[in-house]
Amino acid sequence: MKMQSDLGRVRGLGSAKSGSSHWWTQRVTAAANLPLGIWFIVSILAGHTADYDAVQAWLGSYFHSTMMILLIVSVAVHFTHGLQVVIEDYVHNRKAEMISLMLIKAVAAFLSVAAIISVLRIVFAGA
Amino acid sequence: MVEFNLPANSVVKEGKTFSAPADAKNVRAFKIYRFDPDSGDNPRTDTYDIDLDKCGPMVLDALIKIKNEIDATLTFRRSCREGICGSCAMNIDGRNTLACLKPIDDIKGEVKIYPLPHMPVVKDLVPDLSQPYAQLASIEPWLKADSPTPPDGERLQSREERAKLDGLWECILCFSCSTACPSYWWNSDRYLGPAVLLQAYRWLADSRDEYTGERLDALEDPFRLYRCHTIMNCTNTCPKGLNPALAITEIKKMIAERRA
Repeated sequence: MKMQSDLGRVRGLGSAKSGSSHWWTQRVTAAANLPLGIWFIVSILAGHTADYDAVQAWLGSYFHSTMMILLIVSVAVHFTHGLQVVIEDYVHNRKAEMISLMLIKAVAAFLSVAAIISVLRIVFAGA
Repeated sequence: MVEFNLPANSVVKEGKTFSAPADAKNVRAFKIYRFDPDSGDNPRTDTYDIDLDKCGPMVLDALIKIKNEIDATLTFRRSCREGICGSCAMNIDGRNTLACLKPIDDIKGEVKIYPLPHMPVVKDLVPDLSQPYAQLASIEPWLKADSPTPPDGERLQSREERAKLDGLWECILCFSCSTACPSYWWNSDRYLGPAVLLQAYRWLADSRDEYTGERLDALEDPFRLYRCHTIMNCTNTCPKGLNPALAITEIKKMIAERRA
């Protein structure tokens, strides 16, 4: 039986005094994804990825490898922040929520590090 | 997880039909949600055929006519019948609004009336609003200041400062907006909802209030404030034409402003 007052229940554990940096990061990475995404699409359309040698030359350059790593980081951060909100919205079992939150972060971390290493391998293969 | 289906004892069944008198020419059907907690029965929708030639223009007029002349068991809240008390907020024709401000002519065909969505139902069209009321109390919606009251007893405000409260003070707390918000449906235990956040901003925007920082501290929370995903149902549905989504954005901007 619950006899706690409505006000006591609503106040709960109090404010987490956080959330603004999550909100702000999501907006900043969204803004960053726009130019980075345009660069990526334009590069693909421009035929820089036509064959293996073309990709090596393109991704081996300072500018394009830097842009690619920035894109990977920005997309990974934006992806985990966005998915975290969806999970918090809909998954109300605390244990399932924690596990899925850790899982998406682990997957995003693995994929982004693997992607960055792939870029670096191409960069240093040419060096 | 979010529940996509109603529990078995909440599934709405087809109820009774009350036909209009034989001589009625301008008949409109009102399909109204009925739930009686004492009967133990599932909720149902009863249909009342109303002669609009013998009824006032608003949906609330029809509800009062039904209660007076057809079925005295129909239960709903109403008081001022002119859009200032907020009692008759309900879901009419798929949208949360005030029955007293909603013209019957605005609705095509059958008039469907349900209680405010996703709230416990006390009876028929009466929702249990204890939680949003407690959430309103939790943001301490009153003037808080440490400066002593001026000797003439009034805290002054310039015209420009007072103008900042326009679009905020008009809220009548009918909770049409909060109960239209999917974020509030899924997380009403932790998310404050648009109506309460608009009230929170009403005190943040008040030049006489000296507790802005403490108020922002209390709001800065992943659930209390940031569950708002700017879905905008609140602004869309507000029967008073207010913009709770904008007020919430202003709170987020204030918090962003004080960050490094």
